[in-house]
Amino acid sequence: MKLQEADAKSLLVAQGLPVPEWAVAHTVAEARAAAERYLAAGNDKVVIKAQVLVGGRGKAGGVQLAGSGDEAEQVASAILGMDIKGMTVRKVLVGPAADIVAEFYLAAVLDRAERGILLMGSAEGGVEIETVAETNPEAIIRVHADPNLGLLDFQARELAFAMGLRAHLKDALRIAKGLVTTMRAYDADLVEINPLAIVREAGPDGTPVERLVCLDAKITLDDSALARHPGLEDLRDPDEEAPEDKAAREAGLTFIKLDGTIGCMVNGAGLAMTTMDLVKRAGGEPANFLDIGGGARADKVAAAMALILSDPKVNAILVNIFGGITRGDEVAQGLIEARAQQTRDVPMVVRIVGTNGAEAAVLLEEAHFETAASLDEAAEKAVAASRAAGAAA
Amino acid sequence: MSILIGRDTRLVVQGITGREGTFHAMASQAYGTNVVAGVTPGKGGRTALDGTVPVFDTVAEAVRQTGANTSLIFVPAPGAPDAVMEAAAAGIATIFCITEGIPALDMIPAVEMVRAKGARLIGPNCPGATSPGRAKVGIIPAAIHREGRVGVVSRSGTLTYEAVQAMSDAGLGQSTCVGIGGDPIIGTTFLDVLQLFAADEETDAIVLIGEIGGAAEETAAAWATEHLADIPKVAFIAGRTAPEGKRMGHAGAIISGGAGTAASKVSALEAAGFRVAGSPTELPALLRDAGYRG
Repeated sequence: MKLQEADAKSLLVAQGLPVPEWAVAHTVAEARAAAERYLAAGNDKVVIKAQVLVGGRGKAGGVQLAGSGDEAEQVASAILGMDIKGMTVRKVLVGPAADIVAEFYLAAVLDRAERGILLMGSAEGGVEIETVAETNPEAIIRVHADPNLGLLDFQARELAFAMGLRAHLKDALRIAKGLVTTMRAYDADLVEINPLAIVREAGPDGTPVERLVCLDAKITLDDSALARHPGLEDLRDPDEEAPEDKAAREAGLTFIKLDGTIGCMVNGAGLAMTTMDLVKRAGGEPANFLDIGGGARADKVAAAMALILSDPKVNAILVNIFGGITRGDEVAQGLIEARAQQTRDVPMVVRIVGTNGAEAAVLLEEAHFETAASLDEAAEKAVAASRAAGAAA
Repeated sequence: MSILIGRDTRLVVQGITGREGTFHAMASQAYGTNVVAGVTPGKGGRTALDGTVPVFDTVAEAVRQTGANTSLIFVPAPGAPDAVMEAAAAGIATIFCITEGIPALDMIPAVEMVRAKGARLIGPNCPGATSPGRAKVGIIPAAIHREGRVGVVSRSGTLTYEAVQAMSDAGLGQSTCVGIGGDPIIGTTFLDVLQLFAADEETDAIVLIGEIGGAAEETAAAWATEHLADIPKVAFIAGRTAPEGKRMGHAGAIISGGAGTAASKVSALEAAGFRVAGSPTELPALLRDAGYRG
């Protein structure tokens, strides 16, 4: 689960990390009020940032500065409602615009190859780390946290020195260790600060001071661990979850909507991907990725069918089940029941093999389902059915 | 000889009294695997599988009493990492963890402990392994196998069944089929399994079934270029049509920042001499094309 910047920042603050203040605004009036508050407090400008869970906000015009209440109102009304990579902006973050002296990159990620937590730091902040990895790989400093103890002080120091943060060593140490603490506290698989920045601020006596702060934050939570962090479920953004995604999550199905016309119902993630690939190879377009999981029975099959049919573009359905833990006859029974309740008639091609596949075949035959023996044949038949339906429509 | 499991496997099933544990322990036993013990804390002293297998409270006790050397774990996700560490601490050499949905960070200390104890972990979130005609440890349906000399390694469950079925239907039997699991943090990688197959006298060809996400296929391919040049090998990669940034069911199956794409894996494997199939059903014919005569 991806978190919005504002929520990610809240988690960082809860772990004691330095983050400049901010406010979240859902309306132009709220944005203006927040901007005026910061401007009245002595800030020259405020920054207004779209809160959407996609990258590239800045390039899309979703991050802008404002120097007055009027300007903040203009900017907020331009950003709110803006479409960024298919997501509509429904809220903005408003904060004092930072006087940036230098930008860095710092992130804690799950490293699959080393089976541990990897800290990645770079003095090239503000740009995407993938870009740095391509153009200047030596600029990325990598440190692996201890599997049991986390990031040790000396490791954090090594990282800070290598990033050129000698003048801010204490804060750099606190932030680097804090990223790992945050990761472990919330079961995140990514905690990214880009940019981590040295900013110039007015000190207590009015003279400028420099300090190291987290200017932006990106956190992705491990879905497998959400059950033990009940509070974090509240951070799921209802604006960013489509109704079908919510229905799938609640039914225990893994579902990803795509653009095509052939609805797919499969058991197992690898086989579900393969089924999509073969639909495409046969000349069709999959409408979704849908894994009903291991051991699915009639109720899950019915939920999956309803989910597939809720997409008006679907004009053919491909069911591909290779029973291991899943018992084929239970899926077949589920399909028969689901079809009886089906609100619109969509051609369906069913392939069920593996555990109790013979029993499934009998049930499907009696109920006059169109069946296929091999995966390739099933994909071809589904594509043909979709074409025929498309031509008839 | 096969790899990981064989006739000398002495299996302890952790979580043997649960629904899945009982069902699959029974299937493993029916296949001929030597199931010597079960472990369910608090149920020690009972028996499982119709009185044929003693149940112990701890893995250590099971090892002492029965000489178990391999473990199969069906413990639910919250307790599974601990079950892995218990097995490693008890001196189990090969640990299969079937459990899915384990928080990734929980696996880091578990994998570290397995490494420190010199044990091997396969999984989690994996279907286990079968050495046809010798032993089956896990949930792969027995009926799809055929004895032979092709080694099969895969990240996925049901997709493995698909590929193995295709192989068996074409008369190509297997030495060992192993599913390494779809999670981001797993104990045994493609590379580890390729190394085991390379050293196995009874494996003459290799089938690798990967999917989008991570770089484990590329790493394995790089090693294969040098060390598996003379062995017929084929591969299949799932997720060619998967959109970037979406997790395709498996926690590990995600293309992010342009890395982990099917195209990258296919080209790395082809460069290493793998013939890459467009469908799992094409694997047997491609293996024949690659010169396999088994």
